[in-house]
Amino acid sequence: MTDIRVESSYAPRAGAQHLLEVKDLFVEFHTRDGVARVINGVSYHLDPGETLAVLGESGSGKSVTAQAIMGILDMPPAKIPSGQILYKGEDLLAMPEEKRRQVRGKEIAMIFQDALSALNPVFPVGWQISETLRTRAGMSKKDATRRAIELMDQVKIPAAKARVKDYPHQFSGGMRQRVMIAMALAMDPKVLIADEPTTALDVTVQAQIMDLLADLRRDLNMGLILITHDLGVVADVADRIAVMYAGRIIEHADVHSLYKSPAHPYTQGLLDSIPRLDSKGTELATIKGLPPNLLRPPTGCAFHPRCPYVKSVCTTSTPRSLDLGHGRTSACHFAKEMLDGTLR
Amino acid sequence: MAHSADAVQGAPRPAGEPLLRVENLVKHFPITQGILFKKKIGAVKAVDGVSFELHRGETLGIVGESGCGKSTLAKLLMRLETPTAGRAVLGGKDIFKMGGRELRRLRRNVQMVMQDPYTSLNPRMTVGDIIGEPYEIHTEVAPKGDRRRRVQELLELVGLNPEHVNRYPHQFSGGQRQRIGIARALALRPEIIVCDEPVSALDVSIQAQVINLLEKLQGELNLSYIFIAHDLSVVRHISDRVGVMYLGKMVELGTDEEIYERPTHPYTQALLSAVPVPDPDARLHRDVIRLVGDVPSPANPPSGCRFRTRCWKAQERCSVEEPLLIRRGVEPHPSACHFAELRQVVS
Repeated sequence: MTDIRVESSYAPRAGAQHLLEVKDLFVEFHTRDGVARVINGVSYHLDPGETLAVLGESGSGKSVTAQAIMGILDMPPAKIPSGQILYKGEDLLAMPEEKRRQVRGKEIAMIFQDALSALNPVFPVGWQISETLRTRAGMSKKDATRRAIELMDQVKIPAAKARVKDYPHQFSGGMRQRVMIAMALAMDPKVLIADEPTTALDVTVQAQIMDLLADLRRDLNMGLILITHDLGVVADVADRIAVMYAGRIIEHADVHSLYKSPAHPYTQGLLDSIPRLDSKGTELATIKGLPPNLLRPPTGCAFHPRCPYVKSVCTTSTPRSLDLGHGRTSACHFAKEMLDGTLR
Repeated sequence: MAHSADAVQGAPRPAGEPLLRVENLVKHFPITQGILFKKKIGAVKAVDGVSFELHRGETLGIVGESGCGKSTLAKLLMRLETPTAGRAVLGGKDIFKMGGRELRRLRRNVQMVMQDPYTSLNPRMTVGDIIGEPYEIHTEVAPKGDRRRRVQELLELVGLNPEHVNRYPHQFSGGQRQRIGIARALALRPEIIVCDEPVSALDVSIQAQVINLLEKLQGELNLSYIFIAHDLSVVRHISDRVGVMYLGKMVELGTDEEIYERPTHPYTQALLSAVPVPDPDARLHRDVIRLVGDVPSPANPPSGCRFRTRCWKAQERCSVEEPLLIRRGVEPHPSACHFAELRQVVS
């Protein structure tokens, strides 16, 4: 274990400043039953034109991290005791709210899972897309509507000109998600955060939306953070993947390495437990047990009660993020053995 | 009766009489106008002539996108909806003509597992009451003094702690609640269980546990499943045969191998191609078919072949002549496309 350097975050490229960088972020929720530590030292970064997938099951903290970046967490009950979110080198958490408003939506935009509940049912979609253009860019109604039609064209809504005055309920699920994307693109953001953008959609429509997001990211040179629980969706579009469990990033790697040789038992468990389209297995491998209750997290490694390789050290000491080279990290005491395939 | 049961004669089938035979099942929901004098101005053709057979101990998977009628089909088979036309024959009798005692027996025999474990369990009832409630109606299955023991056996069977019988649903996680739903479905010892999207609300690591449980129970109790889902990978994993639905019609029906490895209907091929595969290297050599547009409204489906508006093979003939679900070419399984042709999309 001599060549493994211990680091708490990913080694940044020498001298380079990332477009967006989350540094050692902590978020906790103060509830009646106690304090739930939902984010426990998350660090990741994003550069222009790349796709970072944040993968995790419900309760892993993947959406909360995104909400912290956007500054849309309800505080209280949420509290950010420590951490930094750097956008172009400036800490968003230290900014006054007025300045932060200039970043939100304009520099960093977000789309949500359920487009129907995210859109206002009593206004036409064109009006909603152009709202930010009128209120923030100071455009006239006419110009804003013209731009809204352009945006609807850009996200490939057919007959945009005719549909700009239609209401959300007149659109199908896939088209509504396109409206959401058009809204997010209105101010030309540099970072787009997509929180489970296709979970509510059918597979054929999901494929269309993922293609659209990939095209837009390339054409507009945006950084894309894709939050999802679907290992299949991630494999198709992501450059890098951060796997979250109980509020920590337990593995970070480029997409090829992660699928070929996972360096954390949880990632391996996830990959083994999904049924495959191209083969019919007998019994699916499972991850035993349940995700932890964050009000009473397990001692040591949060995954140890479910880990097939658990050793005594795992129950007492929380593993730090080990740098495995090539930008890979894994928060497992036995990450190296995992990679070698010698972990039993 | 354009395509009756005869149309699916070509379907591969295990030997012996089928447990359930569905023939040309149709369900139209009327669209009405006016308040006092409701005038029918149209109909949503949710299920429009579906035929298949279900054998003992087998799993028939039904896949399709939202609006294809798969959940309406489930409700029809549960007799929660009355069909517009068609039959479903179980034990030599049409289930839609049953009444009285026969209907009670049917209710015992066909049970359902619902999609959402958070809304399908009554939050004010204990787990014991939820699972034991079927015995209140079907008292002949378990005498009163015996019920608690039965419920505890069921909890154990689905992998829950029998001592938790007095707990409430909110004390369980999503996966555990789905196990409670399964235990409730098993209480009356049914032969057929209709599973409507039973794992789609669950996390990946929990989904696998529930799928394994369903397979284990099938082996132990010789159950037949109708497994409805939109996730094609899950359906392949659990099903012996698979039917693909589009806008109320069954477009292709075959064994899991036939549907996944030798699909002949363009819709099946497009559906399979759209499924994201958890392997980043696979995208390089995958056959990509991207459908344009959305599923048309079932209130006003396209004439002829319903898939033609999104199909790259569509021709004049497709808009006039409805393709039947029959055997095409050399492939042994039926496909409802005039131009059915083998195309492998899953490598």
